[in-house]
Amino acid sequence: MVRFLLGRLAVLIPTFIGVSIIAFSFIRLLPGDPVALLSGERVMSPERHAQISAQLGFDRPIVVQYLDYIWGILQGDFGTSIVTKRPILDQFSALFPATLELATCAIIFAVVLGIPAGIFAAIKRGSFFDQTIMGTALVGYSMPIFWWGLLLIIFFSGTLQWTPVSGRISLLYFFPPVTGFMLIDSLLSGQAGAFKSAASHLILPTIVLGTIPLAVIARQTRSAMLEVLSEDYVRTARAKGLSPFRVVGIHALRNAMIPVITTIGLQVGVMLAGAILTETIFSWPGIGKWMVDSVFRRDYPVIQGGLLLIAAIIMIVNLIVDLLYGLINPRIRH
Amino acid sequence: MANNAVNATTSAEPSTRSRRAAEFWFYFSENKGAVIGLFVFLLLVVVALLAPLIAPHDPTQQYRDSILVPPFWQEGGSASFLLGSDQVGRDILSRLIYGAQYSLFIGVIVTLLALVGGIVIGVIAGYARGWVDTVIMRVMDIILAFPSLLLALVLVAVLGPGLTNAMIAIALVLQPHFVRLTRAAVMAEKTRDYVTAAKVAGAGHFRLMFVTILPNCMAPLIVQATLSFSNAILDAAALGFLGMGAQPPTPEWGTMLAEAREFILRAWWVVTFPGLAILVTVLAINLVGDGLRDALDPKLKRS
Amino acid sequence: MLKKMTFAAALAAATILSGAANAKTFVYCSEGSPEGFDPGLYTAGTTFDAAAHTVYNRLLEFKKGTTETEPGLAESYEVSDDGLEYTFKLRPGVKFQTTDFFTPTRELNADDVIFSFDRQMNSENPWNQYVAGGSWEYFAGMGFPELIESIEKVDDMTVKFKLKRKEAPFLANVAMPFASVMSKEYADKLEADGNMAQLNQKPLGTGPFQFVAYQQDAAIRYKAHPDYWNGKQPIDDLVFAITTDAAVRYQKLQAGECHLMPYPNAADVEAMKANDDLKVMEQPGLNVAYLAFNTTQAPFDKVEVRKALSMAVNKQAIVDAVFQGAATPAKNPIPPTMWSYNESIQDDPYDPEAAKKMLEDAGVTDLSMKIWAMPVARPYMLNARRAAELMQEDFAKIGVDVEIVSYEWAEYLDRSKAKDRDGAVMLGWTGDNGDPDNFLDTLLGCDAVGGNNRAQWCNQEYDDLVTKAKETTDQAERTKLYEEAQVIFKREAPWVTIDHSLSVVPMRKEVTGFVQSPLGDFAFDGVDLAE
Repeated sequence: MVRFLLGRLAVLIPTFIGVSIIAFSFIRLLPGDPVALLSGERVMSPERHAQISAQLGFDRPIVVQYLDYIWGILQGDFGTSIVTKRPILDQFSALFPATLELATCAIIFAVVLGIPAGIFAAIKRGSFFDQTIMGTALVGYSMPIFWWGLLLIIFFSGTLQWTPVSGRISLLYFFPPVTGFMLIDSLLSGQAGAFKSAASHLILPTIVLGTIPLAVIARQTRSAMLEVLSEDYVRTARAKGLSPFRVVGIHALRNAMIPVITTIGLQVGVMLAGAILTETIFSWPGIGKWMVDSVFRRDYPVIQGGLLLIAAIIMIVNLIVDLLYGLINPRIRH
Repeated sequence: MANNAVNATTSAEPSTRSRRAAEFWFYFSENKGAVIGLFVFLLLVVVALLAPLIAPHDPTQQYRDSILVPPFWQEGGSASFLLGSDQVGRDILSRLIYGAQYSLFIGVIVTLLALVGGIVIGVIAGYARGWVDTVIMRVMDIILAFPSLLLALVLVAVLGPGLTNAMIAIALVLQPHFVRLTRAAVMAEKTRDYVTAAKVAGAGHFRLMFVTILPNCMAPLIVQATLSFSNAILDAAALGFLGMGAQPPTPEWGTMLAEAREFILRAWWVVTFPGLAILVTVLAINLVGDGLRDALDPKLKRS
Repeated sequence: MLKKMTFAAALAAATILSGAANAKTFVYCSEGSPEGFDPGLYTAGTTFDAAAHTVYNRLLEFKKGTTETEPGLAESYEVSDDGLEYTFKLRPGVKFQTTDFFTPTRELNADDVIFSFDRQMNSENPWNQYVAGGSWEYFAGMGFPELIESIEKVDDMTVKFKLKRKEAPFLANVAMPFASVMSKEYADKLEADGNMAQLNQKPLGTGPFQFVAYQQDAAIRYKAHPDYWNGKQPIDDLVFAITTDAAVRYQKLQAGECHLMPYPNAADVEAMKANDDLKVMEQPGLNVAYLAFNTTQAPFDKVEVRKALSMAVNKQAIVDAVFQGAATPAKNPIPPTMWSYNESIQDDPYDPEAAKKMLEDAGVTDLSMKIWAMPVARPYMLNARRAAELMQEDFAKIGVDVEIVSYEWAEYLDRSKAKDRDGAVMLGWTGDNGDPDNFLDTLLGCDAVGGNNRAQWCNQEYDDLVTKAKETTDQAERTKLYEEAQVIFKREAPWVTIDHSLSVVPMRKEVTGFVQSPLGDFAFDGVDLAE
C-alpha cells in the first residue's frame, strides 16, 4: 500500500509542477500589457508604470518570477488579486464552502437517484422501464445545463414562484458564517425560517449541477450490474434459489459498486466545471462564479491561483479515489 | 480492448470489407435509438447545408416592428415568424437553422483537430516509448488535471473571445483522450505478429506507425470521436453562453441563449428554442455514439 | 398577487428581524462586489459606493445632483491670493461611528485629515504600503504627488494645504472618494494590534452609514450612524445585495426584494417605465465617446476635412443601434450635466450632401482611412465595432472608404497614443471629479499630445484658455473661459463627438429623496421609503 501511494505521488508531483507552469505562463502569454490595463483610458506616466511593474514584480526575469511564485505557494501564499488587493487564498477559502455545499448536495442527489435507477434498469433489462430510465439518462447526459437551469428558473421561479431566483439565502437573514455551509449555519443561527430559505435557494442549483452526474452514475451502475449479474457466482446463487433481493443486494451490488465509486470520484472534475455554469446562472457566490468574474475582470493572479487550486483539488480527490479503489480491490495494487 | 474483432483483417480484401460493413450495420441497426439518432443527425446536416434555401428570413435581419413576437400558435404570434422573434426582431427559426451550420461546423472542426492531433501524438508516444512517451503522457495528465470547461474558458480569455479561439481551446482540451487511446492501442498492437512481419519486410518507422498499426486501432477512436463531437458542441455553446465563444450577432445557439437571458421571464421562446436545438443535436450524436460503441465493441455485443 | 405577497412578507420579516416596530431597511441591488473598503486604493465606482459614500466623508462634498462642491467636514475654506495655499476650517463636533469592532474616544480633528493624505503621499508612513500590491491610484492619477508641497496642522481644527503650482481643480479633487477622511485613532489601534489589513476590511469613518458586515460576493450591511453630524438618516438599515446580472436585478426589483438598482439592460427600460410599481430616473452620465482624428496628418490637418467628416456621421443612428436610445448625441466634449457646458453651441448638422461638397471643395477625393474600434464595451460606447460599421456606411455615402481596425485592449490604448498613428481612433472618457479641466485640458491640452490627447491636437488659442482656467479660482471666471474653449473646439473639430450615455436608475415607487449624481455615484443619504 505504501509503495502504491509513493508511486502515485511520484506521478502527482511532476504533474502538479506542470500544472503550476501552465497556470503561471497563461498571464505571460497575454497580448498587451497587464499594467497598462489597470489604468484603462487614463494614460500612465512611464515612472508610474515602472513603479507598478516593480510592485507587481513584472520587471524581473520570468524564471525568477516563477520560482518566487512557487516559493510563495509552498508557504501558502497564492498571490494577491490585482482588483481587490486581497490574498487569493483568503478569497478562495471564503467562497469554497459555497461550492462545496452545492457540489455535495448535487452528488448526494445524483447518487441517491442514480444508483437505484441503474440497479432497477439492470434487473429489468430490456423492459419498458429500463428503456425509459436509460433514455432519460441519455437526455440528462446530453443536457446543456446552462439552458436546463434557465428552464427551471422560468418554471419554478417565474411561473410557479416557488423558488428564489438567485443567491444562497434571503437577505433578511444574516448571521456570521461558522461552517460556511449555509444549511448548517442557518440551523445554528436559530433564526426562524432561515433554514427553509437556505434550502429553497439550494434546490434548483442542486438539480442543475447534479443532472449530468446523475445520468452518468445511472448508466454506469446499470452496466456494472449487468456485468456482475452475468458472472458465474451470481448465476449460481440464483440457481440455488436465493431470493432476487438477496442476490442483488448482497452478492451483486458489492462488486458492482467498485467501478461506480470510481465514476463518482471522476465526477468531481465534472462538478467543478459544471459549477462554473451553475453558479453563473444562479448568482451562487462560489469559486466557479469567482473564476468567471475574474476572467471578465482580467484579474490574472486570481485566474492563475484559482486554476492551480482547482487542479490541486481534483488531483487530490483522484488520488483518494485511487486509494479507495486500491483498498476495495487489492488486485490492482501492484 | 476493442481491437480483437478488427485486427484480424490486415490485408483487407474487398469481400471481407463489405462483410464487415454488413456486420457493423447489423449490430448498429439493432439499436433503435442509434438509428433514430443517425436519422436526426442526417436531417440536421441537410438543414445546415440548405440553410440559405429553407430559412424564411436572413438570420441577422432586424424587423424593428416585430420585437419579441411569440411563436405562431400563441396569441399575438404571426405566421411569418413561426418560432417567434427575438429582442431585436430577428426570426428565431432562421437563426436556429443557420445556427445548425455553426454547431456542426464546430463539431467537425474541433473533432478533426483533436483527433488528428491526438492520433499523431499518441502514435508517437506509443511507438517511441522511453522518455518521449513519458514527457507526452505527463503533459496530457497536466491538461486533464483541469476541468475542461475552465481550461477552455481561461484559454479563450488569453487568446481573446471569439469562435475560432473557442474551437482551438476546446480541441486542445479534448485531444488528451485521443492521445491516451491511441497510445494504448498502439502499444497493444506493436508486438503482434503482423507488425513484426512488416518490420522484417523492411517497413520504415513512419510506415509502421501510420500505415501498418494505426488502421487497426480505429474502433475506440471512432467511438471517442463521436463523444468529442457532442462535447465540442456543448462546450462551444457553454463558452458562447458565458460570452467567450462566438460573438453576437452570430446565430450560434449558445450565444443566442446568452443574449436572450435577460428575457427569461418575459419571452420563454427566445430561451427555450436555442437550448432545445442544442439538446436535440447533442442527444442525436450521443445516440449514434452508443450505437457505434455497441457495434464496434465486441465486449458489449449481445451473444 | 403573489409578487405583492412576497413583498409584504419580506417587509414583515424585515420588521421582525430588526426588532423595532418601525425600523426601515433599504435594499440596493448593487452591480458588483467592492474591491475593498479603503477608497484611496481603488478606482471603481462600485467600491466608492460601498465605502466612500456610506462610511466616509470628505473635506468638501459634491452638492447633490451637481458637479459643484459644498462644505463637508470642512466648514469653510480660504484660498490665498497667490492661489497656492488652501486653508480648511474643520467642522466642530463631528463624531466617528461606534461599532462592535471599535469605540472612538474623540471627535474629528486635524490629525485625522493629515493622516488621510499623508499615508498616500509619504512613503515613510507605515500605512503607505499596508496592503500588498496596493497603490494610491487616484492620488497619483490626479497628480497629487507633484502638486502638494506640504500639509500642515495650523491648530486642532485647521489644516493648510500648500501647493507647488496654481490648480483650481484642487477643490473638486478633495471632494473625490480617494480623499475620504479616515479615523487616525482607529488606524493607530489597528497598527498597535498588528492588524492593519482590517482598515481595508472593516471601515470606520464619520459618514451617514456605519459598516456592519460584508459577506463576500453576496451582501454588505450598514446601519444608520446615530450621531451623524448632518442628522441621523431616515432609513435604519442599508443593505447592498450584490447582484451582478442586470436581468436578475430587475427581477428582484419587481419582486420587491430590492428598492433601487443601477445599470439596467437597455432593453428593459421601456417595461420599467410602464410598470406602476416602479419609477425611472435618467440623465446623461459624466462621459463622452469620440472619434479622434490624427490632426497632424494630411488630410486630417485640414479643418474642412474634419468638419466634413463630422457632418457625415449620423449620431442618432448610432445612439439608436448601440444604446437602444439610452444615450444622447454629443455636441461638446463635456457632458451636459457638468458646469460650464456651453448650451449655445450648434452641433454640426447631419448632412451627407453638404459634407460631400465640402470634401470636394477641400480638394480631397478618393479618401480612404482607418477607423479604430475598441475591442471592449465601455460605459460610453457599448459596442464600438457596431458604431464603426455605421460610420463606415455613413462615410461611404460621401465617397470615403473606411477600413475598421482593432487591437487587443491594452495594445489599443498604447498604439492609439502614438503621434504618427494612422487613422481616426474611437475612444471615450469617464470623468473623475466633475471639473471641466478633467475633460478639456486632460484630453485636449497641448501637454497631453502623445498621451491622452488622441487627436494629437495642439491649438495655442484653446490651450491658453484652458490653462488660464486651471489657474483661476473664481468659478464664474472659469465658466466663461471654458465656454469659450468649447467654441474653439467646435470650430476646429479635432474630434467627432459621438455620444454621452445615459445613466438610468430604476427604483420602486415608494423610494423618496434619491438624487441622481452626475458623477455616477450611488449615495443613499437622504433617501427614505414612503409608507
